[in-house]
Amino acid sequence: MSEFVEAVDIEVTVNGKTYQRSVEPRLLLVEFLREELGLTGTHIGCDTSYCGACTIHMNGAPVKSCTLFAVQADGQTLTTVEGLATDAGLHPLQKAFSEHHGLQCGYCTPGMLMSAKALLERNPNPSDKEIKKQIAGNVCRCTGYQNIIKSVHAAAAEMRES
Amino acid sequence: MYPAPFRYHRPDSLDAAIKLLERLGDMAKPIAGGQTLVPMLKLRMGDVNDLIDIGRLPGLAEIQINDNEARIGALATHATIAASPLAERIPSVRDCAGGIADLQVRSRGTIGGSISTGDPSTDWAPFLHTLRAVVEIQGPAGQREVAIDDFVSDAYTTVLKTGELVTAIRFPLPPPRSGGAYIGYKRAAPAYPTCAVGIQLTLDEAGVCSAARCVLSAVASTPVTSDAADAALVGTGVTEEDLKAAGELIIAAADPPEDVRGSADYKRSVLRGLFLQAGTKARQRATGETIEGSHSYV
Repeated sequence: MSEFVEAVDIEVTVNGKTYQRSVEPRLLLVEFLREELGLTGTHIGCDTSYCGACTIHMNGAPVKSCTLFAVQADGQTLTTVEGLATDAGLHPLQKAFSEHHGLQCGYCTPGMLMSAKALLERNPNPSDKEIKKQIAGNVCRCTGYQNIIKSVHAAAAEMRES
Repeated sequence: MYPAPFRYHRPDSLDAAIKLLERLGDMAKPIAGGQTLVPMLKLRMGDVNDLIDIGRLPGLAEIQINDNEARIGALATHATIAASPLAERIPSVRDCAGGIADLQVRSRGTIGGSISTGDPSTDWAPFLHTLRAVVEIQGPAGQREVAIDDFVSDAYTTVLKTGELVTAIRFPLPPPRSGGAYIGYKRAAPAYPTCAVGIQLTLDEAGVCSAARCVLSAVASTPVTSDAADAALVGTGVTEEDLKAAGELIIAAADPPEDVRGSADYKRSVLRGLFLQAGTKARQRATGETIEGSHSYV
């Protein structure tokens, strides 16, 4: 196999903005977001589909962007952690993680936020067990899970009130 | 981590995908959700010159319940199956679909991809043994069907020939007073199971077992079944003692690999516990009890 492979044109909508790029087929989606689009909020953790730091939403579903090629996202709608905050301020989840010490080193946080967002979109009042199950694919090496769960509850409460 | 370079193709029909796979030969691979294939490509396991993206082919993700049978399109994701009316009706389907990896992987991974990899540690192929499923295949020579028992021939090896793709999985709906369970033990959610057990039972009106099908996963190069274990459960009330006796028969047929997930002896003792749990849950479900629960992890 020659080292030269023809690039593929793709069009991807990320956080409401549409981008057109020409990419090598083996370019991973997480690298595309970080290097091509400069959206470095999505982190590369294990790079082996284990830790969930690279979690984003594709067409509303949480996926690991280290386990997708950018070409597979052609024509799809993505949301990354940069898409959470609005001009009005932080997303309730971001605010709750900040207020309840839901992050320590912050490395897993973008993935945790995106997995938690997917849960609250379909279940506005999750139990401890439901939250734990939801973030089972997100590893926090600071082991700060208790405060992450507390933060998700707090965000859920705020979102129910608003 | 980057895979070696490959060319990318996204044909717009099943026929076009099959023709392309046939023409490009064994250095071409189909990709659906990619949740097994992408990590393997990143580790540069196997040579791939061309990836054929079949993930968006139309009409292959439907989940249907007909009069006597269920049919799951090959491109149905684990998440979709876990949330489907079929999983509501046959809870062991949810045990399997909802127990696979984590929600991110379940959003992308497909049932067709899972069985086509032939990975000894995956869940669908062994689980489908409990329901006596049939695999629908389409290829250059047309359509054919293969019983799930014959589909996986060795570790990472299936009966699929060059250019053939799995299009659907079909199984008969279990008769009344049937219940099944599929339980794995994982070290963490995203990890492959250390081992898993599936059991499907049918009881008569007196609560005596009239049919049983048991399977073990991740403890040999292909799913492990045992006609002796199935026969041992028939005619019993599926008590703890009955399950322990049948469990020993099927566990004797396992050949658990010693690896980072544990020693062979350790895995055999995990299997004993899982077999008892799965059998008890299957019996309770057969008597009409609603019981949730799936793979356990710490």
